[in-house]
Amino acid sequence: MFIRMIFKAFFRQKKKMLMIAFTIALGASLATAMLSVMLDVGDKINQELKAYGANITVTPKSSSVISDLYDVDGENVTGSYLAEDELGNIKTIFWAFNIVDYTPFVTVSAQMDNGSDINVTGVWFNHYMSLPTGEELYAGITSLRTWWEITDGEWIDESEAGEENCAMVGAQVAQEYGISAGDTIHVRGSASDVDLVVKGIFDDGGDEDDSVFVPLDTAQALADMDGKIDSIEVSALTTPDNELSQKAARDPSSLSVSQYETWYCTAYVSSICYQIEEVITDSVASAVRQVADSEGQILDKTQLLMILITILSMVGAALGIMNLVTASVMERTQELGLMKAIGAHTGAITGLVLTEILVTAVIGGMAGYFAGLGFAQIIGQTVFSSSIEIRPMVIPIVAVLVIAVTLAGCVPAMRMVRKLRPTEVLHGK
Amino acid sequence: MSLLELKNVSKIYGQLRALDNVNFSVNKGEWVSVMGPSGSGKSTMMNIIGALDKASEGEILLDGEDIAGKNAHTLTDIRRDKIGLIFQQFHLVSYLTAVENVMLAQYYHSMPDEKEAIEALKRVGLEDRVHHYPSQLSGGEQQRVCVARALINYPEIILADEPTGNLDEANEEVVVELFRKLHEDGTTLIVVTHNPEVAEVAQRTIVLRNGKVEREIINENFTGKIKKVTLTEK
Repeated sequence: MFIRMIFKAFFRQKKKMLMIAFTIALGASLATAMLSVMLDVGDKINQELKAYGANITVTPKSSSVISDLYDVDGENVTGSYLAEDELGNIKTIFWAFNIVDYTPFVTVSAQMDNGSDINVTGVWFNHYMSLPTGEELYAGITSLRTWWEITDGEWIDESEAGEENCAMVGAQVAQEYGISAGDTIHVRGSASDVDLVVKGIFDDGGDEDDSVFVPLDTAQALADMDGKIDSIEVSALTTPDNELSQKAARDPSSLSVSQYETWYCTAYVSSICYQIEEVITDSVASAVRQVADSEGQILDKTQLLMILITILSMVGAALGIMNLVTASVMERTQELGLMKAIGAHTGAITGLVLTEILVTAVIGGMAGYFAGLGFAQIIGQTVFSSSIEIRPMVIPIVAVLVIAVTLAGCVPAMRMVRKLRPTEVLHGK
Repeated sequence: MSLLELKNVSKIYGQLRALDNVNFSVNKGEWVSVMGPSGSGKSTMMNIIGALDKASEGEILLDGEDIAGKNAHTLTDIRRDKIGLIFQQFHLVSYLTAVENVMLAQYYHSMPDEKEAIEALKRVGLEDRVHHYPSQLSGGEQQRVCVARALINYPEIILADEPTGNLDEANEEVVVELFRKLHEDGTTLIVVTHNPEVAEVAQRTIVLRNGKVEREIINENFTGKIKKVTLTEK
């Protein structure tokens, strides 16, 4: 009888029930879309933020200490170096898959033919690496300096023959010495000299406009620094810092065993730095705070925005349901009053009405969930140009939200049912 | 023995005494009419006897139990178990068929039993209208569904509030005939009406005026049938 009543009541009020289902579907779809994007946005935003460059720098331990003490950032004043042959180890750490890109740096002083001093920086441009894990990758400054504007010529391509004697010249140097792409410049280092074909002129908009960038081997040869590098810039996908990661960053030994495991197995910038230090001898890996903090802040703010949209959509849905269910109960006061008159307790009537609404909510919620997955993909393609991963954990969250919102929306109507007096509706008193 | 007894019952709305110190009793199996003009307190009394409303003062003894001070939950149980209600406006659930409307009372009482509900509809002569919706039934047929619903749970009292108020003469007779049969079967009937023809059919008529029992009339020639008055031109 109960099912028969639900079924018949549902069809009798199909327009109202459709409106309720639509309202719930709308709320559920927004919640699904926002939650799906929110759960995936960390990776997506991280990837977007990689365009802003590396977020970890690795330097020799002694030079890091000097740098901290005397604020001589960027200069190798200690004569200590990192070993080039350990560079591949970075892609063997626990969070290897989060290491998006990296490049070594070695800066040597050289002289041009006119006697002027010039900084020549050796880097990887698009260096091919075959890792012990079987993974192959191209790493280098080409994708770490996406903001460089190539004003003349093009990027150095390490895969092409003869590119080892090419150079990328900073805009300021090019302007000062009248250099343009295709020119050849002769530079003399402390150990050797070399003719460099200018492959491209870049505009960094910063200090690097004062430098000439060449392939790593070329720079090392100029100062007889084979196998030595000054520093490494690493771009890694990271999880925003929290209290645990900040504590670990100060002193990992202060963590308990379980805290340590949690920290180590989470892609905090501090745990990735720690793991890099483990594989690069006598190194200090430190987060580029501006980038790391910005990432965390942008991620936090984006997620907060998504949560707010989810909350607002659910509040909107609750208000809509409230109006519709209240109107429905008001229309049915005579029927519900009659039920009370012939012996139905308030609980039984509440159960009947709630079941009708919850069945509608489940149908609306399911439709909303699938629509929300579609919205999430539209957002993913529009904002991040990639698809949003479908996460099963969204289902229980949306289900709980839909039920909570539906129940909240039914509260005034249920109060009305509770206060409904059969005499008032049956005799119009 | 009295099945229902009202002792000094009053219902007060602000300054208005809708029922004022009413006393009367109804015996088991008795057929009683309550009559009176509009505003005399008929419906108020019906609501109080039917456990739909509470009295402001007095005692209402139903089967020896005072229901006057009971809470809403207990009053619902009393309505469900002991009282069958018939309304002037029928009050059938529009989206349920005749048999489902009868089963609705069973559902809230115990277990719905379609066979038994159909039997109840047969008793009121609606065996061929079992699966019709209220909108497909005439006023008289709807009232008969109402009667079937009222008696499906074998209540101790059937309370009818203006049961013929919305019916034509032919259907009025059908409904009164149903009451007569119920009375014959031993059902206690209280019929609130302002129609003297319907009131006079009962064994006893209680006349209310201004919330008070004005008088009681015993029907010495009780037959349970409407007396036809034929007007002749002089």
